[in-house]
Amino acid sequence: MAKSSVSRVSVDQITASRRPTASIAVVGNPNSGKSTLFNRLTGLRQRTANYPGATVEKHVGTANVGKTVLELIDLPGTFSLSANSMEERIAVDVVLGRMPGTNPPAGILAVVDMTNLYQGLYLVQQLMELELPMVVALTMSDAATLGGLRVDVDALRARLGGALVCPVVATTGLGIPALREALAELPELPNPEPPNFWPELSEAAESLASESEQSLRRIEIERAIIDGNGDFENLDEVRRELFGDEPPLAKEARYRYRWVREVLDEVQQKSPALKTWSSHIIAWLNRPVPGTIGLFVVMAIVFQAVFAWATPIMDAIDAGSAALGSFVAARLPDGAFSSLLSDGVIAGVGSVIVFLPQIMILFLFIILLEDSGYLARAAYLMDRVMRSVGLSGQSIIPMISSFACAVPGIMATRVIPNRRDRIATMLAAPFMTCSARLPVYALLIAAFVPAQSVGWLNLQGLVLLGLYVLGIVAGILTALLLKVTALRGPKPPFALMLPEFRKPNWRTVSMQLLGRVRIFLRRAGTVIFTVAVIVWALAYYPRSDTVASKLVEQQSVAEASLVGAALDEKLQQIEHQASADQLAQSWLGRAGQVVEPVFKPLGWDWKISAAVIAGFPAREVVIAVLGTVYAVGDEADDVRLAQRLKSATWPDGSAVFTLPMVFGLLIFYACCLQCAATLAVIQRETNSWRWPVFAWVYMSTIGYVGALLVFQLGSG
Amino acid sequence: MTLESLQRGQKGVIRAIDTSDPMVQRLMVLGLVEGAEIEHSSSAIGGDPLEFRLFGSAISLRKEHARHFTVSPLPNGG
Repeated sequence: MAKSSVSRVSVDQITASRRPTASIAVVGNPNSGKSTLFNRLTGLRQRTANYPGATVEKHVGTANVGKTVLELIDLPGTFSLSANSMEERIAVDVVLGRMPGTNPPAGILAVVDMTNLYQGLYLVQQLMELELPMVVALTMSDAATLGGLRVDVDALRARLGGALVCPVVATTGLGIPALREALAELPELPNPEPPNFWPELSEAAESLASESEQSLRRIEIERAIIDGNGDFENLDEVRRELFGDEPPLAKEARYRYRWVREVLDEVQQKSPALKTWSSHIIAWLNRPVPGTIGLFVVMAIVFQAVFAWATPIMDAIDAGSAALGSFVAARLPDGAFSSLLSDGVIAGVGSVIVFLPQIMILFLFIILLEDSGYLARAAYLMDRVMRSVGLSGQSIIPMISSFACAVPGIMATRVIPNRRDRIATMLAAPFMTCSARLPVYALLIAAFVPAQSVGWLNLQGLVLLGLYVLGIVAGILTALLLKVTALRGPKPPFALMLPEFRKPNWRTVSMQLLGRVRIFLRRAGTVIFTVAVIVWALAYYPRSDTVASKLVEQQSVAEASLVGAALDEKLQQIEHQASADQLAQSWLGRAGQVVEPVFKPLGWDWKISAAVIAGFPAREVVIAVLGTVYAVGDEADDVRLAQRLKSATWPDGSAVFTLPMVFGLLIFYACCLQCAATLAVIQRETNSWRWPVFAWVYMSTIGYVGALLVFQLGSG
Repeated sequence: MTLESLQRGQKGVIRAIDTSDPMVQRLMVLGLVEGAEIEHSSSAIGGDPLEFRLFGSAISLRKEHARHFTVSPLPNGG
């Protein structure tokens, strides 16, 4: 016992010099440049986790300041300590030191956009009531100077009860050394003295404190009075006396902003801003019509980039993983291990990273748009359109993102503060035609839709367009339906701060990009990979000895009678047939035969049923399974596979792939939620299994009924 | 008159607020309080939502919320 405690002490001594001595909460308005400053101060020494029970990311980093090391906690942006969203609630809980698993802060680094002192100082004033030492960083001081603003830093410091005030430019590093010096002093600074801006509130807080047996800080009592959530005997009475009929939040805002305006009059001087050519362009783009046209141009560029730039890289990844798979398969003796490695593991990893190019490009654009301040403007411009389908402008970006992949789209719903809106958007998003649906559309359309012209349009192109429109309409109707039924509620509040346009900061952009890619790989990647291995096992086991011995027998017959190219071709044909026979009696093949009656009304035979079952966890698997089941190999090109599909017949000789059946299959594909990664992300983001299960059942039902109607009406 | 009826480019000072709507209270937390000077700077296509400038920052509100703020217009250029 004694020995272990001795060794622990020595370890402490070794690490003492590198361990943070105090935790500092970094608090500020959204878009105040807080994250850029945080990255500037901590560099790469930061880590991302989740707050317990919430999907809000926790960013913690360490900063060397002078001789000490501080732990910085970058909190979600907030306008006030009266929390309105989950992110704001977390910010409040952390600064009040009541967040489990997070160190109570020993001091506050308040980040205030110097061009927007008005809202910044409102929060600073609330933070002063924490009675913790505080440093105020005035960010974007360059933009403020350009805009004709001058701030008397000494006068501001005096009004902030002695908190240190440092003007900085986080993007260039200007003023950062002085900020580091200030932070080094922070733990020893005296607590700022909060201004007595509302004497009646202070009196009420004191009277409650004297009656209460709990030892609470003044800010906790004041927040309890204003927000009405506290365990005090006379709370209701005190609130009634203080507020009368006036809503507490309104009264608080009136009092605090009165103080803020007083401070601004004293410390801030404004001269007319310099008009630059860019400010004229921005002003013009803010007008309704040019702004809307600009938005469509931006969306077109993002779309183009996601599809055009990513495709060559995705093709290369596909080809690379296929080549690696056959390389491994060729070098290992045939058997379960070789198959697991090449068809299970390598194909599984490949199917995860094949999404990376698109997801990275999409994330890059979203982050660029977010960081430049454009995202809020897009939401504002599209609000009216989205409102007509029961959502708000904030749903537009998740919806657009889902055309590449629903996973980042659903992750992007975090910007929507209203929970009902957020869930409705999440459930509409998977209907958008994602990139994994495209290969199947391409295969079936090329094979079965005649390449004739309809007027000046191409029929194949029209069908593809129709499938896109189908997805959009189904998504919108879903959102509408949910908003009048399960997610019915008061109209969501809508007000957006529209940040100024600003050049994105590469450091912030790249760090955010890396962070999001890491989340995708960890969350979606593990699901896709696991599912790929499970599907492999279902398609591989059990092995049939009869098929295997028939393969050997046919091989020796062929070798005896044929030579050269003819032999190679025959051997390949025999091998593909053997794979098809193995699959037919595997668990997957048997499952296809078992469920065939279910899908028979849609015109599907057991082969298609098996491929669709295999595609439920990840829809892009369908083509590889169809390739195997139709004995053309799982890497067959579209043309050969298409030929086989065309010649597929029922036992009575009639074609399986009739036009109504193909259209039904396309509709099934457009509507079904065949993507385990999407389900996993919905589960994670809603923190419940209810919504992913609902989404799956709902979308599968629509897909089935749609395919049934098309096939039955089309064939009848 | 209310915020909703300010012309584009026109400035006004907020004089009175109908605070019964919780959304209006959130807007007050963002600084739309009596005495604040506010300018109607732009709007989305179709004239809703509206965009305003408030002490150097820009905020967008729907018409239905802008209605709750009574303003007295300032002479242009003032």
